[in-house]
Amino acid sequence: MNLSEHSSILIVVIPLIASFVNIFLNFLQRKLCYPFFVLVLGICVALSIDILCQVINFGVLRYRLGGWMAPWGIEYVIDHLNAYLIVIVSSMSFIVAIYSKDSVKKEISKAKLPYFYSTYLLLATGLFGITVTGDIFNLYVFLEIASLSAYALVAIGEKRSVLASFHYIIMGTIGACFYLLGVGYIYIITGSLNISDLTRLLPSLYESKVTLTALAFFIVGIGIKIALFPLHRWLPDSYTFAPSAVSAFASATVTKVGIYVLIRISFTLFEPKFLIEMTPLSNILIWWSTIAIFFGSLIAIGQKDFKRTLSYILIAEIGYMVFGINIGNKEGFIGAVLHILNDSLMIGCLFMIAGGVFYRIGSRNIEDFNGLNRNMPITMAAFTIAALSMIGIPPTAGFFSKWYLIVGAVKAGYLVSAVILIFSSLVNALIFFRILEKIYFTKNENTPMYNFRELPISMMIPIVITALAILIIGLYSGEIISSVIKFSLPKGF
Amino acid sequence: METSISIKPVLAIAVSAVSAFLIAITGEKLRNLRETWSILASIFKFLIVVSMLPDILCGKVIEYCLFRITSELILHFRIDALGLFFAMTASFLWIITSFYSIGYMRGLNEHKQTRYFVYFAITLSATMGVAFSANIFTAFVFYEIITIATYPLVAHKETEEAKKNARKYLAYLLSTSVAFQLTAIVLTYCLSGNLYFSKGGNLSNDISSSLLTITFLLYIAGITKAAIMPLHSWLPAAMVAPTPVSALLHAVAVVKTGVFMILRVVFYIFGVDLLKSLNLETVLAVVASFTIVAASVIALRQDNLKLRLAYSTVSQLSYIVLGAALLSPSALKGSIFHIIAHAFGKITLFFAAGAIYVTTYKTKISELDGIGKRMPLIMASFTIGALSMIGVPPFAGFISKWYLSVGAIESDKIFVLAILAISTILNACYFMPIVYVAFMKKSKDSKYNGINEAPIFVLIPTVLTAVLTLVVFLCPHPFIKLIILIVNQTFGG
Repeated sequence: MNLSEHSSILIVVIPLIASFVNIFLNFLQRKLCYPFFVLVLGICVALSIDILCQVINFGVLRYRLGGWMAPWGIEYVIDHLNAYLIVIVSSMSFIVAIYSKDSVKKEISKAKLPYFYSTYLLLATGLFGITVTGDIFNLYVFLEIASLSAYALVAIGEKRSVLASFHYIIMGTIGACFYLLGVGYIYIITGSLNISDLTRLLPSLYESKVTLTALAFFIVGIGIKIALFPLHRWLPDSYTFAPSAVSAFASATVTKVGIYVLIRISFTLFEPKFLIEMTPLSNILIWWSTIAIFFGSLIAIGQKDFKRTLSYILIAEIGYMVFGINIGNKEGFIGAVLHILNDSLMIGCLFMIAGGVFYRIGSRNIEDFNGLNRNMPITMAAFTIAALSMIGIPPTAGFFSKWYLIVGAVKAGYLVSAVILIFSSLVNALIFFRILEKIYFTKNENTPMYNFRELPISMMIPIVITALAILIIGLYSGEIISSVIKFSLPKGF
Repeated sequence: METSISIKPVLAIAVSAVSAFLIAITGEKLRNLRETWSILASIFKFLIVVSMLPDILCGKVIEYCLFRITSELILHFRIDALGLFFAMTASFLWIITSFYSIGYMRGLNEHKQTRYFVYFAITLSATMGVAFSANIFTAFVFYEIITIATYPLVAHKETEEAKKNARKYLAYLLSTSVAFQLTAIVLTYCLSGNLYFSKGGNLSNDISSSLLTITFLLYIAGITKAAIMPLHSWLPAAMVAPTPVSALLHAVAVVKTGVFMILRVVFYIFGVDLLKSLNLETVLAVVASFTIVAASVIALRQDNLKLRLAYSTVSQLSYIVLGAALLSPSALKGSIFHIIAHAFGKITLFFAAGAIYVTTYKTKISELDGIGKRMPLIMASFTIGALSMIGVPPFAGFISKWYLSVGAIESDKIFVLAILAISTILNACYFMPIVYVAFMKKSKDSKYNGINEAPIFVLIPTVLTAVLTLVVFLCPHPFIKLIILIVNQTFGG
């Protein structure tokens, strides 16, 4: 049997099974849980790279579950866009998994650790499932797997995380409901759930009010899942109070996968012209996301808690991506898809650093970052790189996606949005240089408390790897665009 | 124009980047070795830059494409006479400043000297990058690196005042470059489809004039390093840095990067014909004239010696901008000659100011009574620098003023002559009193009566640059030869 043929199903099944195995492993030999957990995610990275290579070499992969033919059975369809997403999700989950070893020890009680690993694997399963599937109902199932495990992971954190998680559950469930209603409406009028089948069936139904209603439910449902301002209220609390590893993993992947779903719904399920020309929806989303960028950035300035600052920056970044997708030209789309990668690296790296600082000084307050460079020079160098990328200073990765977004905005004539994008860069500059000044140029008054050294190696390596990736990937943006993103452009772009 | 491909530009940039690394790992304990790296790097850099001179004098252009990031964002070097001229000036003065830095930093027993030398070297690398860049994107990348690498130098003292000024420095330079310059670059790309500097201008006539006007104004506002009013106040703020930084970076490398980029934008992005047809050169000339006069008036009121010099720099930089705005061959000659004339003159003045501080800890002009008797060589150098700034023969400043005046008549802008005359008087008004009190008044503290010169490492560079100011006047032919080549390349004669 050729394993490679089954990569697309294995990447979902392996972490799913592993998450159960992990619990039993806990009773046998607790020490093995962590290595097993990292190993499984390592296998997922290998599989995802295999999938990407297959897609680049042979084009779209189709995998029929149980051999059932397409519109009746569930079909996994992987084109360049999913393959790209899977690599991002698997790499980030693997990197953060390595990081979690020491980080969670500080934040989670020992008894809960195996459950943490299992839930983490379940979240990965859900995210992989969402990206590989070519069936809108199956997508809902995986969306719920991912969301439920995310609620649990958030709730493992400190005291206040339980309430945050509750908030998240309420909002997340509403979002999922809306999505499911959308699926229901589509099913009523077409009788199909397969995306490629629907692509064929729907154009004749574009005039129908039911289609419009379904689309509206989809967009609002996903809007909640990706925390598009003002539907973002669940995000800051959840990501602030969740364990650092969870914040890093979730921020780097969950919202990005949500953006992927938005692209699928907007441009694969429906035709681009339906959103852009036949309905005012893309126009609405452009202004909506512009507002998201503006307010996300603005609120981020006022935060004292570092993780909360990052959460609001993330909300602004989500605005970037939604904006890029909807402006309806090549540059905007490339910018948005490139930003999925760059943002997951940047925000993942920054959340890991936040966790690292918390690991050493037990505080997330920006005021306590004074003079950290003396103790943690390597981590802080990584912080500087990630911060510069967030601001969009070349040659870090963040510049290139921003470049495409701004060029796209100018070419499409959305000058106000272009100004807001630049405003957001400036706000990031303000936020990060204020912190950099504390780290590098402010002396710490209470030195004895701060007598510690760099982070343990298991936390430092993931941070350094992501920081280096930010530096290097930027230079290969052109390569990524020409070998992957170019092929995922929607029709007519 | 003949093109030869050579890796020399990359080497010239890399040599100081490598030295920065060596300096960092050598550290404070082996300070003599550390300083050796600085000196070796500066000498090698100058030699590499000079080794390109024969090719350039033959009328060739040296090219090297470093990295093709995306189809339009390319890290590309192309060295013409203008780029080489700037690179030679900056790299030559770095050698002298390296020695001066050692004397100054050790004389004052400054803290964190390793950091200081590291960022100094990085800044010089980036300066070469701007000088060699073939397109505005490459220039922008290095422009931003300069901003970020000089930030630790400005904040060097780590006092509240230093941090406050560094904040201002960064706020001005970074925010304008991201907000205005980047937008201008995006617009340039959208209007012309590429970002290259090309002879006679990159943008064409058939684009709406209002868009072109906006782009031009965004460039002028975005290249804040040229310190054109009203966006000049970062430069006085930067005077909180150690004096060698003010001398080389904030009188030569950083600020000349700004005017160099303005020259590039005026002649190689827009081009003479386009600017004339839009009448934008008058706008630039008026703004520059205003800056020349206003900065001089402000300089009159400064009691702090370095601040007075800083405002003098603001004023003198606008000479170069004014020379560009006149769009005539003679004016450009004057403008480019002023790059070197001002460099030698101003660096002498700053060296002298630093020498006074190292020896006597005096920073205010009102405390300088009789200082000339105590430090005759330093104050003689200061006087030469001041006379050159005023534009008195036999010093370098006279030649640039001469060409500028000829250019003003050539391009029929007689008001420029008046500006030059007023500025000369104002220059005399703020420089001569210093010379007067230094030599003619009696010292207030009678403790020091004999001669008490600055440390040898500080003294020799100061005298050397002063002598060079004279030498440049006496045999300007090698420079003029290169400048004529630049003018020919620019105006296509």
